[in-house]
Amino acid sequence: MSNAPVDSGRRRFLTAATCVVGGVGAVGAAVPFIKSWNPSAKAKAAGAPVEVDISKIEPGQLIRVEWRGKPVWIVSRTESVLNELEQHDGSLRDPASEQEQQPSYAQNKYRSIKSELFVAVGICTHLGCSPTYLPDSFGEQVEGVSSGFFCPCHGSKFDMAGRVFQSVPAPLNLVIPPHYYVDNTTIIIGVDKGAA
Amino acid sequence: MFGKVVNWIDDRIPMTDTWNKHAGQYPAPKNFNFWYYFGILATIVFVNQILTGIWLTMNYNPSGDGAFASIEYIMRDVEFGWLLRYMHSTGASAFFVVVYLHMFRGLMYGSYQKPRELLWIFGCLIFLALMAEAFMGYLLPWGQMSFWGAQVIISLFGAIPIIGDDLTLWIRGDYVISGATLNRFFALHVIAVPLVLVVLVFLHIVALHHVGSNNPDGIEIKENKDENGWPKDGIPFHPYYTVHDTVAVVVMLILCSIVIFFMPEGGGYFLEAPNFEAANPLKTPDHIAPVWYFTPFYAILRAIPDKLGGVIMMGLAIAMLFLVPWLDRGKVKSIRYRSVWHKLNLTQFVICFIILGVLGTLAPTPGRTLLSQITTLGYFGYFGLLWLYSKNETTKPLPKRVTM
Repeated sequence: MSNAPVDSGRRRFLTAATCVVGGVGAVGAAVPFIKSWNPSAKAKAAGAPVEVDISKIEPGQLIRVEWRGKPVWIVSRTESVLNELEQHDGSLRDPASEQEQQPSYAQNKYRSIKSELFVAVGICTHLGCSPTYLPDSFGEQVEGVSSGFFCPCHGSKFDMAGRVFQSVPAPLNLVIPPHYYVDNTTIIIGVDKGAA
Repeated sequence: MFGKVVNWIDDRIPMTDTWNKHAGQYPAPKNFNFWYYFGILATIVFVNQILTGIWLTMNYNPSGDGAFASIEYIMRDVEFGWLLRYMHSTGASAFFVVVYLHMFRGLMYGSYQKPRELLWIFGCLIFLALMAEAFMGYLLPWGQMSFWGAQVIISLFGAIPIIGDDLTLWIRGDYVISGATLNRFFALHVIAVPLVLVVLVFLHIVALHHVGSNNPDGIEIKENKDENGWPKDGIPFHPYYTVHDTVAVVVMLILCSIVIFFMPEGGGYFLEAPNFEAANPLKTPDHIAPVWYFTPFYAILRAIPDKLGGVIMMGLAIAMLFLVPWLDRGKVKSIRYRSVWHKLNLTQFVICFIILGVLGTLAPTPGRTLLSQITTLGYFGYFGLLWLYSKNETTKPLPKRVTM
């Protein structure tokens, strides 16, 4: 043991340096624990596109299919429903679909490729519930609008183009997934045309 | 012989000292009333949850494919499985009943005031951990309400700007709630959170026994000691309160048994009807409501017509509790000696909390939304008003000794 006086500056430097190196090590050691919570390779692989046969859809009917574990709706809209869509722009948050909740080919007044068929992810943009389709009784929710989607969880309301009404908790219109028509009776959901 | 064994142990660990410090010679105020039962009752329920929980894991299968069926297996095929499961599910509700009453006691008698701020904060952390524990536990039966309840609560994190979507993906471990989510919630529910709770309960009791218990008069019994240094208004916790509390424990066990044996679903409030249907990711039940103990906070979330705003207000509703020791600037602790304003304020707070709780179980209508907005204002108003009037509050003179 040397009898030299304590060099407190040197001691403080060594203590601080040890803490910093140890801290970096601790952060490094946390990485595998945090990363292991990310979706696994298996979960990532399960997100493939789905093909839907729409030849048997009736006017006013809603078909539900699963894509990436989420419900995707295909709704057949009648002429009167389409006419109604133009009459309540004033009570919508984003009537012209300016927020990027849809691919560019669905950024039109019906938010769809074909006006009579509406394709959307049936998940409320508030907290992820699946809204209920009210083909005739939506008037109880919004006066003068006969059909739409009502979320039972927190009362958000969407019209037949998935556009959100004002003064409800949901901030955005329903998401339109990438999709395209292979022919008149088949839709592919999950990819844009030409991407696959 | 027995004395020799005790001596042998005491030479090695401080067994007798610890017993005396925390029970045999712990001076508890002699004027405890009804409201002072709920701490010990919470401890009993905690032991029940740990014990029945361990037994449930012996037959539960934490996977998306097997979870729902394994609960039915426990209910029908495992001997006394139904009893263990109902003791656990009823215990969850009982836990919140006693914890809410315990917290109300703290508000009423100013048990959060100096020097008990940390004691109160440990308690708030226990409440927070308990909510996490209950929420994750409710996913495990993998019923419709389990699934959609978790979907809603995890989506709350999605309201956080920029990182929200990635954060929800990270929590779920999948693009939707799936078996991966169920499995990690199981791990957190049976290991991680209970460990945190044990540590917090330990700290809560250490803090309590360091500063000493408050009492319905809100005066410090330590300030008035006899010649031996024993508080004149204190009695040893054991045997006085151990015997006294046993009565309350028996009453609580009777009440819990009535629920377990005669109404295990608690009228749809303890176990909700849609949860007897297996989780279906494509169909939300017509009416989603959380279990009753979350409904006041859920009603606050729903009252705000803005996604991020609703989430912030719900978080603030809990955060406010942590701040109470500093929002209350008064020196008098107990409601007995405080102003009429304080009494009115606490009354309106309780009424608003109960109304919010009822509204949270009901489907939203415009009228109910308005009522929930008014009561949300009342809930937050409690904290704001408390801060305002407590600075120069007209209080009654405090007694020198506790009153019985």
